[in-house]
Amino acid sequence: MNLAQALQSASLTDPGRVRDHNEDCVELRPEIGLYVLADGMGGYNAGEVASGMATSLIADGLAETWNPREVDRLSRDEAMALAERLIGEQIARANTAIYTTSQNNPECAGMGTTLVVCLFYDNFVSVAHIGDSRLYRLRGEAMEQVTRDHSLLQEQLDSGLITPEEAKLSQNRNLVTKALGIDPAVEPELHVYECEPEDLYLLCSDGLNDMVEDEEIRLTLITLRSNPSLTVQQLVQAANDNGGRDNVSAMLVRVAEPFAVARGWLARFKALFR
Amino acid sequence: MAKLILSVDGQVLKEHVLTKERTLIGRKPHNDIPIDNLAVSGEHAAIITILNDSFIEDLGSTNGTMVNGKPIKKHFLQANDVIEIGKHKLKYFNDAPSQASAADFEKTMIIRSPAKAAAPAAPAAPAAPAAERVPSDTVTNMKAPAPEVVKPAAAPAAPTAHADHAPLPDAAIQVLSGAAAGRTLDLTKNLTTIGKPGLQVAVITKRPNGYFITHVEGASYPNLNGASLGAQAHPLADHDMIEIAGVKMEFFFKP
Repeated sequence: MNLAQALQSASLTDPGRVRDHNEDCVELRPEIGLYVLADGMGGYNAGEVASGMATSLIADGLAETWNPREVDRLSRDEAMALAERLIGEQIARANTAIYTTSQNNPECAGMGTTLVVCLFYDNFVSVAHIGDSRLYRLRGEAMEQVTRDHSLLQEQLDSGLITPEEAKLSQNRNLVTKALGIDPAVEPELHVYECEPEDLYLLCSDGLNDMVEDEEIRLTLITLRSNPSLTVQQLVQAANDNGGRDNVSAMLVRVAEPFAVARGWLARFKALFR
Repeated sequence: MAKLILSVDGQVLKEHVLTKERTLIGRKPHNDIPIDNLAVSGEHAAIITILNDSFIEDLGSTNGTMVNGKPIKKHFLQANDVIEIGKHKLKYFNDAPSQASAADFEKTMIIRSPAKAAAPAAPAAPAAPAAERVPSDTVTNMKAPAPEVVKPAAAPAAPTAHADHAPLPDAAIQVLSGAAAGRTLDLTKNLTTIGKPGLQVAVITKRPNGYFITHVEGASYPNLNGASLGAQAHPLADHDMIEIAGVKMEFFFKP
């Protein structure tokens, strides 16, 4: 199974119309089905240090430890459990590295980053996230927000203190309740989801979903679904046309064909000769 | 910092800065904003403030609380809202965004101890136990059944006019050849796709600074005024000729 062929992907990150530098960072490893997006914060210019460390450390760490050929020998459940464990370990490692750097370098004090990690394997996607960077999924014509923000606003929504309509007017939208690299330890939220052919997965920073309404994102995904690179360009452009007040990043993964792993003794035997 | 200005019959009585998480308004003297009037209940209403947001809640008062002329039980306060309690008025001011520059204000920040006390009993999001939580009742088959020449995007997108630009003139395309010759399609959506799915598709994007055409799918690019479009977006001018999937059409601004 060639993951890079089954999954079409594209990504784009842009400083936006207002900020002079980009604190977002994206990293793709299509050969192992890995997609990472981070939105840095804190320090004077240390936000991009944190997001850059997070994406490169996690992508490199998983590229070393997650070997699809070896994972093919495991059962599907074992593979799911392993994916979750390795993603958790790499996030913990990146957290320690960012936290230590911020403790030892005054110019990096207080830096941190949000994070979304997607690892695709055997028709499932393992998703980890921290903070308010999001994963959306388009299936058919329905778009769903897969991740739930770790933000003050989301907590207020959950507790019924404010309605989704009121949330759009809130002055508190920039406050996250969890971030990578802020404390000695962090607990990411980890879930596994089944994938279906023609699903679209959109990873994005809040610079996209704060500037572009969900409905407009959905229509863009539907209208341009055959062309991921045009879709991310169009989304970033829409955020900038609407004001571009923050850095904006979008990363799109399209399930072009199923990517199930062949199991059974014959498949394993063949795998020896790949 | 948000504040309330208390007045009665147009006379300003006092100004109260909302520093506390819970600010009580009522007739009895222990209230943070006491209003000594018989129309006001002992503890009439409370303002709950969480960082830059404030809410007002009526505490089961006898005569009720109004905001902007409407009776409320709970209300998310917006700048310049007017709260009415009996004959007394409290105007809500929130100048938080003007204190810091807009860009600074919107920077993402970490909040260490989430305001759990203020958001009572925020239940932890129910953990999603993997696969079975994924709804599977959605339609998977998206392919348009018959190739149609002109297919506008599914539903209207929110208007996104931008203050920097003069309003964009309305535009449309007219089909000049093929089965749909003579048909006109108004470009009202932000994205309008044209062509035949699977063969050759382009999208016309309506942006604050004009209309643009971009190739979406197909092995070859559509033609614009006789030349190949290429992979880049092209701005559209009045009476530009588009040729896509063997069909000619003309872009024009509506008078």
